[in-house]
Amino acid sequence: MVVGGAIIWALVVGLLLYAGHARREPITARKASWLILGGGVAFPVIVLFCLLAYAVWLMPQIRPFMPALMDNKPQIEATGEQFWWRLRYLDDGGNTAFETANELRLPVGERTTFRLKAADVIHSFWIPSLGGKMDMIPGRDNVLSLEPTKTGVYRAPCAEFCGTSHALMAFSVIVMERPDFDAWRQSRIEAAAMPQPAHPGRDLFFRHGCAACHTIAGTPAIGRIGPDLTRIGERQTIAAGTLANTKDNIARFIREPDAIKPGVEMPAFGMLPDGDIEAIAAWLGGLK
Amino acid sequence: MSANVPLAPAPEAPPEIRAAQEERLRKVWTTPSGWRYWTSVNNTEIGLWYGAAAFIFMLFAGLLGLMVRVQLAVPENTFISADLFNQAFTLHGTIMMFLFAVPIFEAVAIYLLPSMLGTRELPFPRLSAFGFWSFALGGVFVCGSIFFNAAPNTGWFMYPPLATDKEYSGIGADIWLLGLSFIEVASIAAAVELIVGIMKCRAPGMRINLMPLFAWYLLIVAGMILFAFPPLIAGDILFEMERMFDWPFFDAARGGDPLLWQHLFWIFGHPEVYIIFLPAIAIMAMVVPTFSQRPIVGYSWIVLAAVGTGFLSFGLWVHHMFATGLPQMSLAFFSAASEAVAIPTGVQIFVFIATMLAGRVIFSVPMLFGAGGLAIFIIGGLTGVMVALVPFDWQAHDTYFIVAHLHYVLIGGMLFPVVAGIYYYYPLLDGKKLSDRLGKIAFWLMFTGFNTAFFPMHFAGLRGMPRRVFTYPADVGWDWFNMISTIGAFIFAAGVGLVVIDVVRPKKKQPRCPENPWNAGTLEFIGSPDEKWGVRSVPVIHSRYPVWDQKDLVENISAGRYFLPDSQSGQRETLVTTVLDARPVQCLRVGGTSVVTIVAALSLGGVFIALTFHWWLVTIACAVITLGAILYWLWTGTATIPESDDYDVGMGVRLPVYASGPDSVGWWAMFITMVGDGTAYASLIFGYFFYWTIHDDFTGGHAGPGVFWPMVALTLFVIAWGAMLAARSLNAHDRPRLTQAALGVAALLSLGGCAAGLAGPFAYEMDPTLYVYPAIVWVVAIWTVVHGAVGIIMQLYCLARSLTGRMTARYDMDIDNVVLYWHFMVITAVTSFGVLGLFPLVR
Repeated sequence: MVVGGAIIWALVVGLLLYAGHARREPITARKASWLILGGGVAFPVIVLFCLLAYAVWLMPQIRPFMPALMDNKPQIEATGEQFWWRLRYLDDGGNTAFETANELRLPVGERTTFRLKAADVIHSFWIPSLGGKMDMIPGRDNVLSLEPTKTGVYRAPCAEFCGTSHALMAFSVIVMERPDFDAWRQSRIEAAAMPQPAHPGRDLFFRHGCAACHTIAGTPAIGRIGPDLTRIGERQTIAAGTLANTKDNIARFIREPDAIKPGVEMPAFGMLPDGDIEAIAAWLGGLK
Repeated sequence: MSANVPLAPAPEAPPEIRAAQEERLRKVWTTPSGWRYWTSVNNTEIGLWYGAAAFIFMLFAGLLGLMVRVQLAVPENTFISADLFNQAFTLHGTIMMFLFAVPIFEAVAIYLLPSMLGTRELPFPRLSAFGFWSFALGGVFVCGSIFFNAAPNTGWFMYPPLATDKEYSGIGADIWLLGLSFIEVASIAAAVELIVGIMKCRAPGMRINLMPLFAWYLLIVAGMILFAFPPLIAGDILFEMERMFDWPFFDAARGGDPLLWQHLFWIFGHPEVYIIFLPAIAIMAMVVPTFSQRPIVGYSWIVLAAVGTGFLSFGLWVHHMFATGLPQMSLAFFSAASEAVAIPTGVQIFVFIATMLAGRVIFSVPMLFGAGGLAIFIIGGLTGVMVALVPFDWQAHDTYFIVAHLHYVLIGGMLFPVVAGIYYYYPLLDGKKLSDRLGKIAFWLMFTGFNTAFFPMHFAGLRGMPRRVFTYPADVGWDWFNMISTIGAFIFAAGVGLVVIDVVRPKKKQPRCPENPWNAGTLEFIGSPDEKWGVRSVPVIHSRYPVWDQKDLVENISAGRYFLPDSQSGQRETLVTTVLDARPVQCLRVGGTSVVTIVAALSLGGVFIALTFHWWLVTIACAVITLGAILYWLWTGTATIPESDDYDVGMGVRLPVYASGPDSVGWWAMFITMVGDGTAYASLIFGYFFYWTIHDDFTGGHAGPGVFWPMVALTLFVIAWGAMLAARSLNAHDRPRLTQAALGVAALLSLGGCAAGLAGPFAYEMDPTLYVYPAIVWVVAIWTVVHGAVGIIMQLYCLARSLTGRMTARYDMDIDNVVLYWHFMVITAVTSFGVLGLFPLVR
């Protein structure tokens, strides 16, 4: 398409330059009319028809029609929130098997079906390396299916303007072999039943009220407002693709989330003693 | 009533008579001096102010664009804050679209059309002035908001629920909605003016197939404005009701749907692209034949192509919504329609190439900008073909690929031709040419700068860079593309700056260029920049390129040997001709210099501004002043009974001065306005049924307005309409007392209709904040009742005109136009109350 476009452009602009050239014989009006018919009508009709036919043929291949999807129940429900992603892995009955945030793991070579929702405003779910985007619209459930063909780590930015920190809303996608994926999935399901050991950061996390908004499986933290932090230590990034996942960055984000991510819902905890923040960050970073 | 047109010019009058004629014309058409200069309504003044204002807004938006580019030059930049960035890109898009791209053509058209059509003025000069002042005030209001950190920050597309969130968008969204609604009013006013002007005010003999292509294009564009802007106005109403009174039109939790806004916005937004693009092509359609020194090849092809583009552009809007999860069948349909629009566009480009090939081209600065613009536009067109393909769009949508595409289309298809137009038409202003040398340098700066800035964006987009991001990470491979884009943007800006310098530099010492400096074949260059009367006499035209084909035309025009060489009445006069074959039917007296237009525009602006800040008393006060000003304007300036009904327009032809019904320009203006109004109304009804389609029970279990009250309202409005028909007929039979009685009865019935219309939703205690169904019922009812109230004012106006003897059996324009309004009113009332009262029963 790009090559074709370049050739058409070169031809038309070449003709334009030639026409602008003074030393040549004017053509007859009859010839000129044929040029309009040929170049302006016949040629584009043929080219556009072929392109359109190909595109329409391609559409259901990339995105199977709705009825086909109905048998293929969504395995993951993704919800866009300002400015992060709530990700729920669903079991066969369509109930939540477990929840996570801002990092998606998918098996390679299989089609995964997503149910897409929005909690507040319109977002758009897009993993550029895996396929086209689909909007997440309040009040509407959209369905999208994707089939990764290569293992690897991919970045997925929000593609619909969603407010102040739209630019800082991304998630990472880790495409893995099926056995690895199954092992990870199983361990996440079991995480709820595995109590987290004691840690000074753990106590501070609860004392400073973090659990009001965040959930961490294996602890009494069941807050629903902010992202699920279960095993946050194993994620590539924190703050929805904004910062590398280091202990210092976690501490920084707790201290001044608004400076890193303007318009974020989380209040700043800069008034806490540095030692407390670092302890919490150390504990969170170690949750793997 | 119409006269046959004599082909030969009248014999030349003796010099002293001609001098006296010129003296009178000069006096009538003079532009006041001092502060009163700003009360002028001459098309050349209004066009110039309009154009200059639009250009200044463009430069301001350009600066915002540069700000955006600086912020994005390097990853993780902190040049401006996220919020300021969001305000800047929102305002950049909004200003470029609403305050530059559309108004600049209204400006050019108001400036050029009268002379191009060989006539003196457009039919409603005061309406042009009103439109300009509305535009200027609204524009300053919207632009100024960023200095108070209160600019809209939700993108120029204003998607709810982000834009309905008061906490996020603050007052900015209100400024966008109300400021732009105000400007849309100005746009529609201009559209009415242009349509009536082009259809009814051409030089005698200029049949519709002899019109300059520019007029054809502007006619099509004005028609498109009429159908494209009202859906947005309807959307704005719903939007502002949600923001101001919490009526949940777009709130999914209460039955609303954010997608309704997207539909209404893009039903406006896509034709908007062609509303911008077609007039630029229109300039090219004037420039190319002149510099090829031959008539355009394929006149009917290009007109058909333009009409086709206009129609198709209304069937494409969903291609902005390919990623919203609509059914694939409808995506395929809109994809096909989007591809199809490339065909008429291709025809237009090939018409230009064929014309150049068939002539001998003089390559000058306007041609340089025109050809360069086409080269850029074609790239934008080709990427447009790509993104119209659904699978490609799923990937490219909302990325920098689209940013590149739209700038290639709009800058290549609009800004470059506009600059070509500036270089081409500048001599009309003061008889001087712009500099060839500066023009060439400016062109190459703009051309290379543009491509450097925007070509890399294609790659950034394909590499996954989303639009509207205030920053981006360093390690994802977008940094170099962005750096190059920023450098290019500054080169481009330097080119634009050079054009500005060329335009504003003092040219006192520069010698004057000859009249018609490019030897154009159409009429716009024949007037002198020193005279305000436009053409010295209104010529008889029988060619598409009369200056080339009609021997001694210019001499005969300046010798006053055609129509209206004089103004015996001491008023501004122009000819009205028939729509298709331009036979003269009336000598129209157009409004002159007046302050009432400014008062009306500023007070209407006051209404919108006060609404933004919820100053209710100021709103009401301004609304009363606006109404008063408009009534004064109509009472003193329209449908005036002339001293004599039979007027010598020269060339031995006598024409009436007063016309009513379809012969008159006022009737057409009312008809066209009501078509636009009806489109807005249809959009609201579309909203009603849209909610019905997306819900199983669209009432959400809430009570409706019942059947009784809507039916009472419907009946009363139908009888009121009948009373209006009776009043018109009685007036035509010269029965003033009975006419007045019928008008009074009609007003009382309408008042009853209004009350009954509101009684339904009121009686059933429908609370519009609870759910979308009561809200949409209220909106439809209020819309209808407001129109009923306007209808009452019109009835009382006719009553007053009749009582004061200003409306008689012969001079019946007022009641004719009001009855026309009532035709639309009764359709509205029957539809509204029929739907509100009966549809809940049958669904």
